[in-house]
Amino acid sequence: MDFSFLSDDRYNLLGAAWMTVQLTFWSAIGSLILGTILAAMRVAPVPLLRGFATVYVNVMRNIPLTVVIIIMWQVLFSQLGLVLATREPGVNPQVYLDTNNFRLAVLGFILYTATFVCESIRAGINTVPVGQAEAARAIGLKFTQVLSVIILPQAFRAVIGPLGSVFIALTKNTTIAAAIGVAEMALLMNTLIENESDSLSAVFVSVAVVFLILTLPVGLLFGWVSKKAAVKR
Amino acid sequence: MSDATAVLYDYPGPKAKVRNNIITVIFLLILAYILWYVYDTLEGKGQLTAAKWEPFLTGDMWTKALLPGIWTTLKAAFISVIIALPIGAVFGIARLSDQAWIRVPAGVVVEFFRAIPVLVLMIFANAVFVTIFGFASALTATVTALVLYNMSVLAEVFRSGILSLPKGQSEAALAIGMSKGQMMSIILLPQAITAMLPAIVSQLVVILKDTALAGIFIGLEELRRAGGAAASSYKNLVPIYIVVALIYIAMNLALTSLASVLEKRGRRRRGGRQTPMLIETEAAVPGLAVDATIASAAPPENKKHL
Repeated sequence: MDFSFLSDDRYNLLGAAWMTVQLTFWSAIGSLILGTILAAMRVAPVPLLRGFATVYVNVMRNIPLTVVIIIMWQVLFSQLGLVLATREPGVNPQVYLDTNNFRLAVLGFILYTATFVCESIRAGINTVPVGQAEAARAIGLKFTQVLSVIILPQAFRAVIGPLGSVFIALTKNTTIAAAIGVAEMALLMNTLIENESDSLSAVFVSVAVVFLILTLPVGLLFGWVSKKAAVKR
Repeated sequence: MSDATAVLYDYPGPKAKVRNNIITVIFLLILAYILWYVYDTLEGKGQLTAAKWEPFLTGDMWTKALLPGIWTTLKAAFISVIIALPIGAVFGIARLSDQAWIRVPAGVVVEFFRAIPVLVLMIFANAVFVTIFGFASALTATVTALVLYNMSVLAEVFRSGILSLPKGQSEAALAIGMSKGQMMSIILLPQAITAMLPAIVSQLVVILKDTALAGIFIGLEELRRAGGAAASSYKNLVPIYIVVALIYIAMNLALTSLASVLEKRGRRRRGGRQTPMLIETEAAVPGLAVDATIASAAPPENKKHL
């Protein structure tokens, strides 16, 4: 296997891996926040909030992520004029385009992954014994307090493992950002395959190793933390 | 919404009713503003005129673009699942083997293909077919990548299905003198497959969605790509993507409801025993049953392998 492309200046394997990490990091943070909000809405006392969150989750998770990401660019950006970066005078316009594409991709990942985070948290809420909520109401806590002080902390501890699976899937899903030109691993791999067709297996091994390094330790970490954090009942 | 959810909040009194109504109105206003903004911008761009929707009433849009796209998507998904199922079963059983030289390699293969993105597998499979075997077939590359990924996911489904069976089943099989192979094929596997049926159908949703990856780089004319191509000739990008998204939602909701029907039937037959696909955390702890569907009908895809 010929790994000489790794030292070629035209290809930036580390840069692409870093881009994958950045996409995953911001999308994970965003989807954790949006997913928690959606889960809270799905158990809220206001019927409209419940209905909206239910429809949102069922619509969003049934559309392929590829379609979501391409809609982000072709519909939200180019048709609806959703621009997420500012064009600085005197700076290479490519920087503006790259930043904009990156943020559109992250927004797309957040909107999609949040539905899976929401469903995991909802499953976690199910594991909390009814008595916890009844006791909380009995001492006069409001819905927001019942949820944020009593239910959600216990629910989160129960779903750390499943959330780990969601975020590992997210790491792999970030390759779809290549569809709108974000310079991450899959886009680099596509370029490498076109230019370096002699070292096909070396290219695949390099890309595979990056993803093994990114996903396997995260899986082990989440598995360990979920055992530590599990609520003993 | 079942009554059980109400355990999180008190029955609304006069003040709470007013507050709930205020929240409802504010939320409606926000939604209405967003919808109006989207409508106004699209209207300004001329994307919502009747002319842009007209192609959907003609035969060409359907027979030349969308229906072939749907057909390719379904074909790729079903071929993949049919090939991936037996291979997945073999790997799942291999991971349970007593022989380390079978168990360990099977485990390595399964963990490897679960860690690699499907898009990466697709690009590689396509390149291998083109440069080494000298033929370009997007469908073959797509199916290869989807089989490699999904056989490893299904291997885990089978493994957990077999492990979830009561221990008495295998003990009884061995006690009446069956061999390990007989025990697996006559006693364990048939029960595991019945229990795993909803999970397998749910995995079809994942496969169906993943076929859209093949339109990005390797050029399979699946639904999304076919729609995109039609959009550039009819100049109606927004209507096409709305229709394409609706078709995906309809196909996947149909599969999801099939999975939940199978799930309910299976649970009834096994006398209320929990299905093994539930994530560990939702085991039979008496919980706040938010509603019965989330523990059971929510597709396993959102738990283990989206």
